Amino acid sequence: MKKTDALQGSLDLLVLKVLSRQPKLHGYAIMTAIKQISGDVLNAEVGSLYPALHRMEETGWIRAEWAPKDAGRRTRLYQLTAAGKKQLAAEVARWHTVSSAINRVLQEA
Amino acid sequence: MSLWSRITYVFRGDRLNHEIDEEFVAHMEEAIAAGEDPIEVRRTFGSPLRLREQSRDARIVGWLDNLCADLVFGWRQLLKRKVPTVAAILSLALAIGACTSAFRIIDALFLRPLPVAHADQLNVLARQGPDDHGVPRSFDDFAYPNFARMRAAAQGQAELIAASFTYRTDLTYATDNEMEKGYVQYVSGTMFPIFGLRPTLGRLFTTEDDITPGAHPYAVISYNYWTRRFANDPQILGRAVHIGSKMFQIIGIGPKSFTGTEPGIVTDIFLPTMMNPDVRRTDNSWLRIFAVINPAVPHEPLRAKLDAVSLNYESERTKGFVGMSRHNIEMSLQKKMVIEPAASGVSRLQGDYRRALVWLAVLVALVLLIACANVANLMTAQAASRAREMALRVSIGAGRSRLVQLVLIENAMLALFSAALGTIFAWWAAPFVVSRINPPDHPAHLILSADWRVLAFGSLLTLVVTLLFGLAPALRASAIQPVTALKGGNEPQSKRRSMYALIAAQAAFCFVVLFLAGLFVATFRHLSNQPLGFDAKDLLLLETATPHGQSPESWSQMADTLRVIPGVKDVAIASWPLLAGGWTGSISVNAAPPTDTWSYFLSISPGWLNTMKMRLIEGRDFTSTDSFPGEAIVNQAFVKHYFKGANPIGRTFEKVNPLGDRKLCLVVGIVADAAYSNLHDPVLPVAYVPVRHLNADGTINPPESGTFVVRTSGIDAIALAPMLRRLAGQSNPAYRVRNVLTQQELVDNQTVRERLLALLALFFAIVALLLAAIGLYGVLSYSVLQREREIGIRIAVGARIGSIARLVTAQIFVTVSIGAAAGVAFGILSVRYVQALLFGVKGTDPSMLIAPTLVLLAAALLAALPAVLRAARIDPSIMLRAD
Repeated sequence: MKKTDALQGSLDLLVLKVLSRQPKLHGYAIMTAIKQISGDVLNAEVGSLYPALHRMEETGWIRAEWAPKDAGRRTRLYQLTAAGKKQLAAEVARWHTVSSAINRVLQEA
Repeated sequence: MSLWSRITYVFRGDRLNHEIDEEFVAHMEEAIAAGEDPIEVRRTFGSPLRLREQSRDARIVGWLDNLCADLVFGWRQLLKRKVPTVAAILSLALAIGACTSAFRIIDALFLRPLPVAHADQLNVLARQGPDDHGVPRSFDDFAYPNFARMRAAAQGQAELIAASFTYRTDLTYATDNEMEKGYVQYVSGTMFPIFGLRPTLGRLFTTEDDITPGAHPYAVISYNYWTRRFANDPQILGRAVHIGSKMFQIIGIGPKSFTGTEPGIVTDIFLPTMMNPDVRRTDNSWLRIFAVINPAVPHEPLRAKLDAVSLNYESERTKGFVGMSRHNIEMSLQKKMVIEPAASGVSRLQGDYRRALVWLAVLVALVLLIACANVANLMTAQAASRAREMALRVSIGAGRSRLVQLVLIENAMLALFSAALGTIFAWWAAPFVVSRINPPDHPAHLILSADWRVLAFGSLLTLVVTLLFGLAPALRASAIQPVTALKGGNEPQSKRRSMYALIAAQAAFCFVVLFLAGLFVATFRHLSNQPLGFDAKDLLLLETATPHGQSPESWSQMADTLRVIPGVKDVAIASWPLLAGGWTGSISVNAAPPTDTWSYFLSISPGWLNTMKMRLIEGRDFTSTDSFPGEAIVNQAFVKHYFKGANPIGRTFEKVNPLGDRKLCLVVGIVADAAYSNLHDPVLPVAYVPVRHLNADGTINPPESGTFVVRTSGIDAIALAPMLRRLAGQSNPAYRVRNVLTQQELVDNQTVRERLLALLALFFAIVALLLAAIGLYGVLSYSVLQREREIGIRIAVGARIGSIARLVTAQIFVTVSIGAAAGVAFGILSVRYVQALLFGVKGTDPSMLIAPTLVLLAAALLAALPAVLRAARIDPSIMLRAD
């Protein structure tokens, strides 16, 4: 599995988590979901979100499909794949390890 | 998404871009619908182009995309410079084509295994030892009785197969008046089963056909012959073919792939060894022995065993040789058996052309190197004009490997086009060269198949060529320093140095090619100017058989009959033509023991010397009452050898055969030296004896075969052949003309290899010279272009044309001279290995070295002229104003 740096990793984590709760979301919906759930604290930039989505699609964690919208327009919906679910579990575990480690450091200091 | 979709996206980039954009637009619409500020939404996208690039990179195979872009770009670059591109492609194509042709021929002759089972276990037996002149040689001819003994000895360890030397002979499917020629090979009955071959039709020989001499009158024809001669007619089975005095029934057609055991000859008709008239003879070696050796059997003990059997056989045979000098008997027994791998078969063509083909391959490889150097220089010059482009690419972030790829791809495209064109060239050239190997009426027939071997060689060659001419310019382009390049560039010096190095290499290679070509051409000239000692023009030869023998008087009558045909000037008889066959014996003068040096013999009729236009120096020609033993006419070499130069007329000598039989001859004439069997040999001592041979009891021995030598009066000799053949048959049915040919053919046969080598070497020398001259011209023009401003200034301040010319050319001439000097060294080193191919030429002869040097320098001078003129024409007022 590709090693991802902390920041990117957390964006991936958030996207995967959002998609695990609610399948078939388009990019904007994912962005707003992250914003709403985090209480406006976390804000995924468009400039990072789409490359991340396309990269994860390439890796096979998420799957995309075109869904018809009104008046012949289409929108691109993303959902989790089996590999994505596994990845999510791994990412969550990693997050917990890292955050508890950071917490311990903060408490000690 | 799969790799496949990523690859397909590479070729549908527009659609991908469109999809990404569509998603972004959908995003913005959603945002605006959710009540966000449109301007703000658009702003969050930043630069959509960059975003699209990022997403795009994630969704396609990057390197493939780059590759496509480079291909398109490379193609445009090539199109932009049409003339240099075409020149580069043509020269490379010629060189690659020549190399591929050489490979095809070498592969077909030496490397490709025979299409038989266990080709890797196939070996051939040979004996190595001194020949009649004491020169070490390899002999692969054996007599059948010796083969039979060895086969029995090798039982269980190896299967021995006898296969005669394939020979071309007259045969007919109807009457003697409709003769045609075919290649015939006698093979053991075991050959087909051991080789695992299956008939296309009918049956092949089996061990059953290996039993009784003369009792298996069957023939198997090859598939190739079946197609050529009978258009695959299945009715041919059971038909009769007359070969020599025997009739054979066709019992089968061989497998499609098998064309005999001799690369270079396609056997038409296979006959059982038992049907060879010499199958019982101990003194006639007419077959090769193949051994399929069981892989578990070590070769050395087997070799020793076969050696012992063969030596035993030879010793028994030579025991009664009281008429052969002790020394010669010992030499003949010194031969040592060797087992040589023969997966690709064995043929005389291999022996004759091994060295020639190796040197041809060297020549074409050198031409290829010259062509590569040319293209490399061309590329370097172009790289210079593209320095700014490269610098720009580096400044906006192109990686070094990316630039190498860019340039290499362009070069690979060039190489691929050349390879494609070269393949077409090789398609034509390889068969063309093969068709020139033997005399025109029966050329070598080499199966040149185009399969993975040729393909692999071609691909490898293309790759090597690309790297050879493309890697250096590619690396140099990638190593560019944007700062200097964009500032105006100050590094052409290093570039020019590498160009000059290539020019020097070209000059060296070109010299070697010219030098070798000179040697080969001189060899051919010497050989074809070799005095024959007779006049080969307008001589028709009718090789004739009379199965039960005819008296010398009858032969003489037949000659008289033929003489009346219009266009025939003279007819004489010999046992066989000059340059076709031989008969040897030891000589004893004054009853001394037989000499070590063999003499050569030929039986001739009265008038033969005159018909051949040979010069009688002293004495007289034969008369119809002269006989052998009895009288002899000898050549000058014979006088020198056996009579120590003293006048031999009126003296006698004895011809002694190995069994001690002595035949006394009185020398009645001396004739000038003439070629006997091989133009390459030094002049041999020859004794001509009358065709009237007497038996021991004094009766006349009627000749069963002979050759009518017909001198025609300048008209096309071969056109007379059918009439002569018919007349001979009509006037006496006992005479059968087996074969008609001209003496000139026999002479030409002697120089076939030398002519071919000279022709091809000359061709490649011209190509090499042309390429080198073009290369030189290109580099000089480039350097003048680079120094235009400098030259302009020099002219402006008063430099004369002479000094400008010196400025432009001095360095290049030094370079060429250095290259030529290196070439001379290479040439002198190589001479040792070419010497075997030369005749009458010394490789170290100064004139052989000076001529190519002069040609090379002249070519360089010619190539330099346009650049010098261009430099001299520079008008400083225009030149300096232009910038």
